[in-house]
Amino acid sequence: MSKSEQKKKFSVFDHVLVPKHEIVPDPEVGKILEELKVSRDKLPKMLPNDPAAKEIGAKKGDVVRIYRKGPGGEAVYYRLVA
Amino acid sequence: MPKIKQDSSIDAGEAVGIIAAQSLGEPGTQMTMRTFHYAGVAEQVPLGLPRLIELVDARREPAKALMDIYLEHEHRKDAKMAQKIASEIEYVTIGDLCSVVENFQKKELRITVDTEYASSKGIKTADVVKKMREALGKEGKIMTKKNLIMLRLNSNCQKMRKTSMKIRAVQMKGIRGLARATIIKDEKTGEYFIRVGGSNISELKKVDGIDFSRIYTNNIRDIEKHFGIEAARNALVKEIKQVMDLQGLPVDIRHIMLIADAMCARGTVEPVGRHGLSGGKFSVLARAAFEETIKHLVNASIRGEEDPLNGVTENIIIGQTVKLGTGKVRLAMKE
Repeated sequence: MSKSEQKKKFSVFDHVLVPKHEIVPDPEVGKILEELKVSRDKLPKMLPNDPAAKEIGAKKGDVVRIYRKGPGGEAVYYRLVA
Repeated sequence: MPKIKQDSSIDAGEAVGIIAAQSLGEPGTQMTMRTFHYAGVAEQVPLGLPRLIELVDARREPAKALMDIYLEHEHRKDAKMAQKIASEIEYVTIGDLCSVVENFQKKELRITVDTEYASSKGIKTADVVKKMREALGKEGKIMTKKNLIMLRLNSNCQKMRKTSMKIRAVQMKGIRGLARATIIKDEKTGEYFIRVGGSNISELKKVDGIDFSRIYTNNIRDIEKHFGIEAARNALVKEIKQVMDLQGLPVDIRHIMLIADAMCARGTVEPVGRHGLSGGKFSVLARAAFEETIKHLVNASIRGEEDPLNGVTENIIIGQTVKLGTGKVRLAMKE
């Protein structure tokens, strides 16, 4: 009973390989792009049907912030849903 | 702390891609001379250069797919539980359990169940008969005597052979694609996990008792499909690093991360090469410089493509300063 409920609620973010994703609110995007000196369409892409993108409800055109664990601690990465 | 971080980060305009390529390429030349497989390992996975090529080519199916399945926290140190789940997921067909002998004169199939093997899987002869009936529909007549199943057929040789092949392939148990389940004890943590050949994440979702958050497969495409591009990138880094480490060739993880990031930059895992990273470059000259020069130049001239000469390769070809390192800085007029 509880087990099957748990299974249903399984989130891809529970998996060890999946880092935290979040949608960047629109007003912040401009600031980030300026800081990184890139245009929006030059950001790495992410598919709208990506399981992680779907789960946070990211739509086409959204910028997603990803908190990665790297050798130098936490690193922030951005992807454009396209 | 930010100062240290700033000091140790790479300079702007440094050709990190070339450094990464060389840092992986040089140890790669050492690799070819050594043996490809390790002796005495339970599960034979392609290692060394063949595996590295497989990863970088982003093949849909690795030559030897492999999954590591961990158990839920409560019974992670329970070997019996591991055994139980292993036998539950291992794919077993009638052909694995029985010997099927065709007798074309008497028009019958003699199916002998290996009772010892079958009972170890928790399968009875009656189960085999039941599954056979399901697969056959109304065809033939089944008689059972202990572990011997006789199937009378009223058809010609060709059809009989077809039926016998069909019966052999009938699934008795387990998950399609998963074979050779072995229980391995993790020496560090003392917990047991199941290593199984093949890869099938979607079906494993339905199995109780396994820790889905740690399920792992060496099939990068499968990870991409179920957990997304970021997980696929992490898996790629992990796999490439593992290949290099097993060969005793330490490569800094940052080089590998760069390659994995480049492969995943367009939202899907793309191979490095003609059909992926290099073939998808924007600049005509950069593509022509890599492979299939004439094809790219001809197509570009037909379509009237333009090349803004932003990249490195293009500028080398026409003999301009490359926008890299000291070539990256430009003069700005003071107003």
